Amino acid sequence: MENYFQPEIECASQEQIRKWQDERLCKTVRHVYDNVAYYRERMQKKGLTPEDIKSVDDLHKLPFLTKADLRDAYPYGLLACPLRDCVRIQSTSGTTGRRVVAFYTQHDLDLWDECCARAIVAAGGTRDDVVHVCYGYGLFTGGPGLNGGSHKLGSLTLPMSSGNTDRQIQFMVDLQSTILCCTPSYALYLAESIIERGLRDKIKLKAGIFGAEAWSEEMRHDIEQKLGIKAYDIYGLTEISGPGVSFECSEQTGMHINEDNFIAEIIDPETGEVLPEGEKGELVFTSITKEAFPLLRYRTRDICVLSRKPCSCGRTHVKMSKPMGRSDDMLIVKGVNVFPSQIETVLINKGYPANYQIIVNRVKNSDTLDIQVEMTSEMFSDSMSQVTAKEKELVDALKSMLGIYATVKLVAPKTIVRSEGKAVRIIDNRKLY
Amino acid sequence: MSVNQISVFLENEPGKLSEFTHLLREHNIDIRALSIAEVENFGILRIIVDDSYATSTVLKNAGYVFKITPVLAVPLKDTPGGLSEVVDALGRNGINICYIYAFTARQKDKAYVVLRVEDNEKAVDVLVKNGYTPVSQEELRLDD
Repeated sequence: MENYFQPEIECASQEQIRKWQDERLCKTVRHVYDNVAYYRERMQKKGLTPEDIKSVDDLHKLPFLTKADLRDAYPYGLLACPLRDCVRIQSTSGTTGRRVVAFYTQHDLDLWDECCARAIVAAGGTRDDVVHVCYGYGLFTGGPGLNGGSHKLGSLTLPMSSGNTDRQIQFMVDLQSTILCCTPSYALYLAESIIERGLRDKIKLKAGIFGAEAWSEEMRHDIEQKLGIKAYDIYGLTEISGPGVSFECSEQTGMHINEDNFIAEIIDPETGEVLPEGEKGELVFTSITKEAFPLLRYRTRDICVLSRKPCSCGRTHVKMSKPMGRSDDMLIVKGVNVFPSQIETVLINKGYPANYQIIVNRVKNSDTLDIQVEMTSEMFSDSMSQVTAKEKELVDALKSMLGIYATVKLVAPKTIVRSEGKAVRIIDNRKLY
Repeated sequence: MSVNQISVFLENEPGKLSEFTHLLREHNIDIRALSIAEVENFGILRIIVDDSYATSTVLKNAGYVFKITPVLAVPLKDTPGGLSEVVDALGRNGINICYIYAFTARQKDKAYVVLRVEDNEKAVDVLVKNGYTPVSQEELRLDD
């Protein structure tokens, strides 16, 4: 039998959902118009006042918001309430040293926790479960999101954070974790480590909630087989709140978007035109319940499809497909957003030529990021220790910019292909989409 | 009192050294001494050639990344213990050797070590005091 965390919301009628959205959208538009100069100016430029937005039908009139806008507004430019009302900051990695920071009031955190609690219940979770969270904690939203959802539900929460596989497995065995939350690639890595150690029959996992990176149906099948669990997808982004913007149910055919909190649109990434249901395009979110950091028409750059077909789980909220690609050049490596421009910035700052190639592989279920850089006379020395010290300096600078480790391969000058048109900067061998 | 060593960046891949040696052969460049320091992905090839100026022009035109460093080429007796005397003298005087490699001369019973140190002048002082005079690029050529 299907369980719900908030059945009155999750299974509300389409009319009710629409009513909530109309009301909350108008309220949010008024809220940001009154409190955020950035929005007010942009709306004024389009000749819009809050009165022009009467329902979801008017949403298309509002300008889009992009990651570049968020960076421009860093840190407080889009804050819609007094800082003293905020209780939390989360952040994504960002280009050129400027990160995107999102603010939360207690009210915002409560709603985020609810969204994650819905996801845990949809994966079969109850307050009797032991929720093992090995998403990273800290500025990254993965850990705090699922942690909050598990608390909200009343499950026993294991705030493991990422890494230290030995300890993860030990706790999983000793404390009888039942629901695993991490990236799908780490889940597969854990699964294989558990099998290698002959501990498969010592674990009590029944389900996993896996997100923060793209994964295929084959990978789902593999994880489910190896761990003997059901594997559910979860989607989110820091800008909109974090994980739990949408989540999978027992049907495992797409993720229900929490429409009482977020309005989803699909647009043509080239023209910005809103596309009808069922068409593939870029996902755009408007958050309609947030106090501190509400975003209007935020372009996610994720390409997917929305569907309102009735779902066998009984939930009525619209479903989004797994992301099928990106409308920009962002890569997700080990669950972390990586932009080629970040890598370029580091190279230039360190005196390397901006001619480079990024190679992403998945080795033993773990992503690897290799960056090929051309050697220059300035960087070269007759001393190996000097050259390797410079190489290490570059690796460290990349780590601090990207938040993940990348290997650097120094290659001979002019060996990286110069293309006439758009440079081929990225070779992604993972075949995720 | 020093000779010009040419260090060249080479990728650690099959055929790269071969390519390089072909280039030198094509331009009639004679390698007198050679050593390679390598890590997983690349190597630093260090050579002493008869004509370092001509060689650097060739390498530049071929697009290699390279560097010229003055190093000390010290003649030794090509007998057991020959090297020990030289490095002992440097060690006693607190001079660290960054790297070292050897080559034999065309004359019988004669050998050289190439020494890379932080301070050439100081090292030359110590060597001369101990009866070892590093050769110049000119002298190296006269060895023929």
